[in-house]
Amino acid sequence: METTEESIEQLATREYKYGWETILESDTFPPGLNETVVRGISAKKNEPEWMLEFRLKAFRAWQDMAEPTWHNLQIEPIDYQAVSYYSAPKAKPQLASLDEVDPEVLATFAKLGIPLEEQKMLANVAVDAVFDSVSVATTFRAKLGEMGVIFCSFSEAVKDHPELIRQYLGSVVPYTDNFFATLNSAVFSDGSFVYIPKGVKCPMELSTYFRINAKNTGQFERTLIVADEGSHVSYLEGCTAPMRDEHQLHAAVVELVALDRATIKYSTIQNWYPGDKNGKGGIYNFVTKRGKAMTDAKITWTQVETGSAITWKYPSCILQGDNSVGEFYSVATTNNRQQADTGTKMIHIGKNTRSTIVSKGISAGKGQNTYRGAVKIGKNAHGARNYSQCDSLLIGDKCGAHTFPYLEIKNTSSIVEHEASTSKIGEDQIFYCQQRGIATEDAVNMIVSGFCKEVFRELPMEFAVEAQKLLSISLEGSVG
Amino acid sequence: MLLEIKDLCVSAEDKDILKSLNLSVNAGEVHAIMGPNGSGKSTLARALSGHPGYAVTGGSITYNGKDLLDMAPEERACEGVFMAFQYPVEIPGVNNAYFLKAALNAVRKHRGEQELDAVEFMTLIREKASLLEMDQSMLHRAVNEGFSGGEKKRNEIFQMAVLEPKLAVLDETDSGLDIDALRVVANGVNALRSPDRAIVVVTHYQRLLDYIVPDFVHVLSGGRIVRSGGKELALELEEKGYGWIDAVAGAGA
Repeated sequence: METTEESIEQLATREYKYGWETILESDTFPPGLNETVVRGISAKKNEPEWMLEFRLKAFRAWQDMAEPTWHNLQIEPIDYQAVSYYSAPKAKPQLASLDEVDPEVLATFAKLGIPLEEQKMLANVAVDAVFDSVSVATTFRAKLGEMGVIFCSFSEAVKDHPELIRQYLGSVVPYTDNFFATLNSAVFSDGSFVYIPKGVKCPMELSTYFRINAKNTGQFERTLIVADEGSHVSYLEGCTAPMRDEHQLHAAVVELVALDRATIKYSTIQNWYPGDKNGKGGIYNFVTKRGKAMTDAKITWTQVETGSAITWKYPSCILQGDNSVGEFYSVATTNNRQQADTGTKMIHIGKNTRSTIVSKGISAGKGQNTYRGAVKIGKNAHGARNYSQCDSLLIGDKCGAHTFPYLEIKNTSSIVEHEASTSKIGEDQIFYCQQRGIATEDAVNMIVSGFCKEVFRELPMEFAVEAQKLLSISLEGSVG
Repeated sequence: MLLEIKDLCVSAEDKDILKSLNLSVNAGEVHAIMGPNGSGKSTLARALSGHPGYAVTGGSITYNGKDLLDMAPEERACEGVFMAFQYPVEIPGVNNAYFLKAALNAVRKHRGEQELDAVEFMTLIREKASLLEMDQSMLHRAVNEGFSGGEKKRNEIFQMAVLEPKLAVLDETDSGLDIDALRVVANGVNALRSPDRAIVVVTHYQRLLDYIVPDFVHVLSGGRIVRSGGKELALELEEKGYGWIDAVAGAGA
């Protein structure tokens, strides 16, 4: 219908809410990447020799690598020499307390709704805030410390817990893994580190909030979570960036290690700047996320991806130990000119390993949304089971949804199920709601929320509400 | 007068379907619109509810003293126009009760009434659900998802009972119903008959009218009402078939 078409056009005009920039003095490297820059980053952070070695090995490997081209994305060529690989707000070198953080930076996070002053924290959530390339504040550290939980910036962990970092860094995503992960391994600036001791159930949600602020800067953060035997942790990351006319590069690596009987729940609400309606600007988001689950361990990835011009990420699980469980719940929306190629890999190695994949792709405007998932069942994975469900929802007729499931099964006792559906948000559904008195916009939100229900219910309560809001904003006006 | 349709012309996909249709309905009355397939019965129902696929090319509809054609579909709904769909739509993942609460509160807000909280709402819908002999579990399933044909139709009348419209249009509510479901649905509708509510029943068969006895029967043919009468007209039609009407209409033309 004509009316619907017009409203789809209207959808394309809504503005990004987090697009402002914080003006502050920062210490930024000139654009370009070579061995001197890698050494420079390491020197800035006063890293030990072994850390520099890791970076240099990665950098040398990266020089011989090429960008992957197997994805279903159209990406303008990226000039890696035009990116600055380090930017930090100028502040005192050691932050002993929040009082020493640049007030402008604190104000930025407050504006984003992330208060860092512990007394103001509403929910039971500890936050690590990463501004451009460095971690500026980690809250509730003392309280967590009492239980032996380590939650700090990656740089601090390198200094204070070198034995843990040396043991686990690169143990799930090796520095040679792929073009973007290798680049990250060479130039990563900061990120978060979490260690949960044996048998400890982390008493609060842990959260990292990433903000890219500086211009022409790439953000390369690295997160490492180690859950020792029988421990339990729930972790959430969120991200935003200012509106810029040029694309900005974001290449992160997240490694999860769930030792025997441990549980890690990792949730992401990704809201990087998506670019304008014509595809100008926006974050290029290339992320490698992978977890390794040992015996009876469980890893759950939940992601709500609404931002970025390009999203390239496949949070995966290596189900190494017997009876380990991997789960992936995803909502990815693409509106205007956004493109997403996202999914997961479930690699079943141990016996009786189980995995569940629930992917919900929503395309509106001229957005292109691809699900790409691999389920691999190794020859010793007796009794392995996988269930995959990939649903796509189209809003309007200028967008696209694509599904690429890959299966590799080497054990005949395994059971793999795959279900897929594509539906168009029906004019009939909207009219039905309207006929009951519900306005169009509310009807769309209701239909989309219903579509995403199975994923939202996996999110921690307070974030589920945020995710739902975010989703309705990112699709605002998308249908008449 | 609650509803006054004058010289209404409606087209869909560039095809003229209603051609100068006239109909007046008072509050408290039940009107049956009958006619052969393709005569424009469902088009009339959809034009009343403001379906975007149906273009009004001429005439007027005055509802409760207001120009109905000037209102968006949700505005019509908030003003008390309800349509029971011939093919109720499924909305996966959206809880039936949640959906209805959003609808009821939208209508109440429009009327300047306070929105109902969860407890008040649940009390209300439990009471209405029993009217339709509905299993309580239906309230918590997704809107129409996996409902049988009969359950969907029952759900429509249930929604009508909750929303308490001034003008209810039932679009072939009897189609696909077995005799037991038909009786339940008809009982529900009859319970909603009231002096300040009008009901327009669109149907192909006389059968439904054994249960919902109309005050007036109109026969639609070729996009206009060719004959109006009391409830006995439906019986006459049943006996003589629609061919009779076409012959009469043809002779009169």
